[in-house]
Amino acid sequence: MEINVSKVDGVIDSFGGDLSQLIGILQDIQSHFNYLPREALVRVSEKLEIPISQVYSVATFFKAFSLKPRGRHQINVCLGTACHVRGGPRILGKLERDLKVEAGGTTEDLRFTLDSVRCLGCCSLGPVVVIDNDTYGRLNQEKVAKLLDQYE
Amino acid sequence: MITLTIDGREIGAEEGWTVLKAAQNVGIEIPTLCYHEALSSSGACRLCSVEVTTKRGRNRIVASCLYPVEEGLDVQTNSEKIRRLRRGLMELLLARCPNSQKIRDMARHMGITEPRFRLEGEECILCGLCVRVCQEISEANAISAVNRGIKKEIAAPFYDLAETCVGCGGCAYVCPTGAIRIDGNRIRLGDKIFKELSPEEVKKVEEKLEAKERVPEKG
Amino acid sequence: MKVKTREDLDKLRQEGLKSLYPDKLKITVGMATCGIATGAKRVFDALADEVEKGKFDVVVSQTGCIGYCQREPLVDILAPGRERIYYKEVTPEKAVQLLDVSVAGEAKEDWALFRMGGEENLIEERTIRYVESQHGTRDNKIPQYKEFPFFEKQVKIALRNCGFIDPERIEEYIAKGGYYVLLKVLTEMGPEEVIEVVKRSGLRGRGGGGFPTGIKWASCRNAHGEPKYIICNADEGDPGAYMDRSVLEGDPHSVIEGMIIGAYAIGSHEGFIYVRNEYPMAIKKLRIALAQAEQYGLLGEDILGTGFHFTIKINRGGGAFVCGESTALMASLEGKVGEPRAKYIHTVERGLWDRPSNLNNVETWANVPPIMARGADWFSSIGTENSKGTKVFSLVGNINNTGLVEVPMGVSLREIIYDIGGGIPDGKRFKAVQTGGPSGGCIPQELIDLPVDFDRLTEAGSMMGSGGMIVMDESACMVDVAKYFVDFLQEESCGKCVPCREGIKRMHEILEDITTGKGKEGDVELLEEIGFILKEGALCALGSTAANPVLSTINYFRQEFDAHIRDKRCPAGVCSELITYSIDPEKCTGCGRCVKACPAEAIVGEKKQPHSLAVEKCIKCGSCFEVCKFDAVIRQ
Repeated sequence: MEINVSKVDGVIDSFGGDLSQLIGILQDIQSHFNYLPREALVRVSEKLEIPISQVYSVATFFKAFSLKPRGRHQINVCLGTACHVRGGPRILGKLERDLKVEAGGTTEDLRFTLDSVRCLGCCSLGPVVVIDNDTYGRLNQEKVAKLLDQYE
Repeated sequence: MITLTIDGREIGAEEGWTVLKAAQNVGIEIPTLCYHEALSSSGACRLCSVEVTTKRGRNRIVASCLYPVEEGLDVQTNSEKIRRLRRGLMELLLARCPNSQKIRDMARHMGITEPRFRLEGEECILCGLCVRVCQEISEANAISAVNRGIKKEIAAPFYDLAETCVGCGGCAYVCPTGAIRIDGNRIRLGDKIFKELSPEEVKKVEEKLEAKERVPEKG
Repeated sequence: MKVKTREDLDKLRQEGLKSLYPDKLKITVGMATCGIATGAKRVFDALADEVEKGKFDVVVSQTGCIGYCQREPLVDILAPGRERIYYKEVTPEKAVQLLDVSVAGEAKEDWALFRMGGEENLIEERTIRYVESQHGTRDNKIPQYKEFPFFEKQVKIALRNCGFIDPERIEEYIAKGGYYVLLKVLTEMGPEEVIEVVKRSGLRGRGGGGFPTGIKWASCRNAHGEPKYIICNADEGDPGAYMDRSVLEGDPHSVIEGMIIGAYAIGSHEGFIYVRNEYPMAIKKLRIALAQAEQYGLLGEDILGTGFHFTIKINRGGGAFVCGESTALMASLEGKVGEPRAKYIHTVERGLWDRPSNLNNVETWANVPPIMARGADWFSSIGTENSKGTKVFSLVGNINNTGLVEVPMGVSLREIIYDIGGGIPDGKRFKAVQTGGPSGGCIPQELIDLPVDFDRLTEAGSMMGSGGMIVMDESACMVDVAKYFVDFLQEESCGKCVPCREGIKRMHEILEDITTGKGKEGDVELLEEIGFILKEGALCALGSTAANPVLSTINYFRQEFDAHIRDKRCPAGVCSELITYSIDPEKCTGCGRCVKACPAEAIVGEKKQPHSLAVEKCIKCGSCFEVCKFDAVIRQ
């Protein structure tokens, strides 16, 4: 698949080609393409002069990265300890059933990627769900199902 | 020159040596799986664990392949705690790789034959020796450990053929369980094929394996 | 302009004072993540809107987390010559009404939380009074901040500015004494002198390890190798802990100033702040703060005109709890995967790129400026013999006052849970408090008088850790809690060493069996054996402490394990395979809400007639239990 390599170069240059910023570089690339295309990883390996095996290991080690296209909207259900005791897993279960995906998966229509996270640090509001940049607290199964409607 | 005690024996060692090297130097055997003298040490298998007490009285269990020798260090390679730890490690490894002859032999040697855990069918113990050969000896960096935790596995980037592999066969040579092997003209780890070798390359690699050369040549 | 003299700093201070205490009414909205999550941005926007429309001549400001997260959004009003009043659960509509009321010189008592007659300037050891005298305030139905149960026993050192300044205004940080300490250190003290003060203060690492900070700095200073690196570990990963996030969002300069002082003491010129990926707001506030500090010459080249140079970079984490471990963090900074390595040679000798590296936690850094300002004796007069100073805790879970608290070391769990936390909501009984995150354990009722410090909780099989304190009531299943932490650790293990990768996997299998009715005799003993392998064999602290949550719950709640294993029963009604849902025909009104909610079509019934639940179809999702308004669904 052809990608715009100059986009990748631009990101790397914006970080000054600094190897210590590898995670930041990969994140910005992922923001642009909505996943990490193979060609982008190869380009990173070339420009930073590190083996592609190392880039690939890093890309598969950290949970933030996806090597497959993600949904238009990211749903993150908090499963931190506080949200856990307040029913976080049931919220996740509800979303898994409704969207017909497992945690970590993306809906077939590429509308949502569902994942879990621990923890977001708003423990007083548990259980918490973040959709894109919007945080929702004090949820239950009914409320969370209704939230999805506003995300196309 | 550093003097330390291993299993009651006073021995000498050089500054910078590890406890494992100091022990092996005088013929004291400590079991290992992820160690190879030509490669950097990783401390992943933990089998080389020994009980040490420093001159100042600090006692703990450490990986001897990494722990530097110290003046006045007291080392126990076979204490009750160490034996219990080693048995536990082998039981976990045996449950992971019940079909591996090497693991079965090592486990049986410690009295472990029936793991109390559900059996898996892995062959690779994730010792990382293959990766280190590829990084440090052939410098091809063709394979690496991908994913993390229980999903960790050795693979070439994108699970393709290993593009930068130079066909030296070092990975198969150092693999303690034979999980990576030369299969016909292929270097493979289970379902993953790293390289298809030319007939000349196959011959060269086989010769090395047969001759039991100490270390695969660079390049 | 670059600050080169005390007079230059004084100019910025004057600006900050005007900004903190303007001569017109100021309304401040708490805009940390907890505030934003409850709608604080809409409150702020509504207020800004009113001001733009010209309806009010007031200042609208923002601040970080003051700690009382349970009642967010929080808004405070400070009018010249009047007490500062804090309001809870403010909506955009309420906020505008508050403006109306306050501009008229009144207060809205039933919306108020507490009031303040003044605020503390910890660095300069003085109090800034808002009102000349305590008399004549008609607001005496509103409790005083100092007497408010949540705050009464707290002593704020690391959190000194959180909730009191706008973190995006360096001038306000300076007005509260910020960067004057740095000026004193760089111009009047030598590096070794600085280290002596930190040593004598007794400051120990706040990230969980508790290593004496002064000794760490001294070792790094004396280590061979250049360059030396300063690192701030902001990869706060314990679920339920958000102390560091609040410091970074509410007072980023406290960390920056601390790091510059540390760099000076050690002889480093390059610093990193490694922030976990899940904290975008903290990263944003840090970027702004760093830019402002550089702009004024308080960071970067020729700091304060002294010739000392130090730069700080922000590095994002990628979603890996293990990168909170110092060697894994450093590996990540080297562009590698976050795998720890053996620490037989300390990182202060050989760390990042094999150079001497000093890594400290966010809260540790935030304590440095106050210690340098007020002295070692002052700091060591707070706390216990071996644990000096204060500790920030995130008090969460089944507790009335969830939030962030900072107390002197030695305060008991009981005081924190009941006096500060307000006890357990809904009349439920306390069951256990989990401290130390996935490396810690649970403390039961019998031990609740234990003082919280580095040593006492460890003796009980837990640890203080980084400060996460999760309170659990009778509705928690302790076997489920143990499984929760093993779940977490299994996902976060780097997978390098056998004990952690294989051991945690097998603990998970056993706990999965126990919680689904497949547990058998000997499972507990097997868990304990794996615990031994982890403790003695694991390569890093993630693995070596991984069994703590399991072992401590076995230790204090063995009867729950036995019930799951022998009776196939979950006494708390949590483990879904072991519980059954049913409908009480006496209470059921036949409203049908449960039928609509049930995804498995397991409930049938006529309208207005008692419904019934087909157990064989039930997937135990709990939706019916949630929606029933008549308590007619029984879960046992």
